[in-house]
Amino acid sequence: MQTTIFYGVALSLLLLSFIKDRQKTRRSLVKAWKSFQNILPQMLGMITSIGLLLALLSPAVISEVIGSSSGWWGVLLAAVIGSITLIPAFVAFPMAAILLENGAGYMQLSAFVSTLTMVGVITLPLEIRFFGKKFTILRNSLAFALSFVVAFVISKVVH
Amino acid sequence: MKRIKPYLLFLIAAALIALLYIINPPMGSKAAVTVLSSFKEMLFILPPVFILLGLLDIWVPRETMVRFMGEGSGLKGALLSFLLGSAAAGPLYVVFPIAAAFMRKGAKFTNILILIGAWSTTKIPMVLFELSAMGLKFGLTRLALNIPVILIITFVMGRAFSEEERAALYERAEQVD
Repeated sequence: MQTTIFYGVALSLLLLSFIKDRQKTRRSLVKAWKSFQNILPQMLGMITSIGLLLALLSPAVISEVIGSSSGWWGVLLAAVIGSITLIPAFVAFPMAAILLENGAGYMQLSAFVSTLTMVGVITLPLEIRFFGKKFTILRNSLAFALSFVVAFVISKVVH
Repeated sequence: MKRIKPYLLFLIAAALIALLYIINPPMGSKAAVTVLSSFKEMLFILPPVFILLGLLDIWVPRETMVRFMGEGSGLKGALLSFLLGSAAAGPLYVVFPIAAAFMRKGAKFTNILILIGAWSTTKIPMVLFELSAMGLKFGLTRLALNIPVILIITFVMGRAFSEEERAALYERAEQVD
């Protein structure tokens, strides 16, 4: 649904651009292709390693280490597993739901989901390429630390 | 070697999946199926995002970006960055080239941070996913917490970078393409 809107907007603007100035449209598309090509190798690498990790870490295994009685130790483990890589939401949440069914705790899952979407160790080289070391390390560390605060509040609110 | 290096992670992971398939066929094929389906998903989501990025780079003049998201853009600029990040599609690493393009056009540093933050946590489809997968209480609590989390990260990082360091970051965005 959202993707349909995106396609609609992108294609209408592209058409508008084409009507107004063919040369500029050509340059836009070349630019788009170059940017895509630039992140393609890393994207392939990330998608492939995520697939490998998801096959190795079965929901049963993860749920066991981050079960609802695993406490802060479980939260730490969940945050570390979540930090390995950045995962798109359409993979992250169905996975979190399966983990919940398998006995993972809310507090632990909160840390897992937060670091899953905000912290990525495998994506560090790509982020560094765009923003440098200081920016990348600071952003990832802050997000990592704050996911514990979020997990703590979740543990107080959701039982 | 220089041409192979970007693909190193992909080659290693692919080799490991092949190895896994030899040792444990069901696990190996599960990995391969996951990889193929997320790759298809990416190929479906990304074209409009990059077309918009290309159009932005060529058509939007620097002055326009500066006016809406630059140094003097104030609360409106912050809000616009938040909305753009929340409306977007794709995993967080897709925002990196987009943020760099915004920097080239003169968007303010803190607005770049808000864009990245919103992209990572408050994306609309993501929140909907979360509410349905994890329940209302969990999803809404995290949403309410993620907004201050974005602001804290933005504030701390805004303070951590001196004028010169910011200038160097913008210089890097010029080069990275």
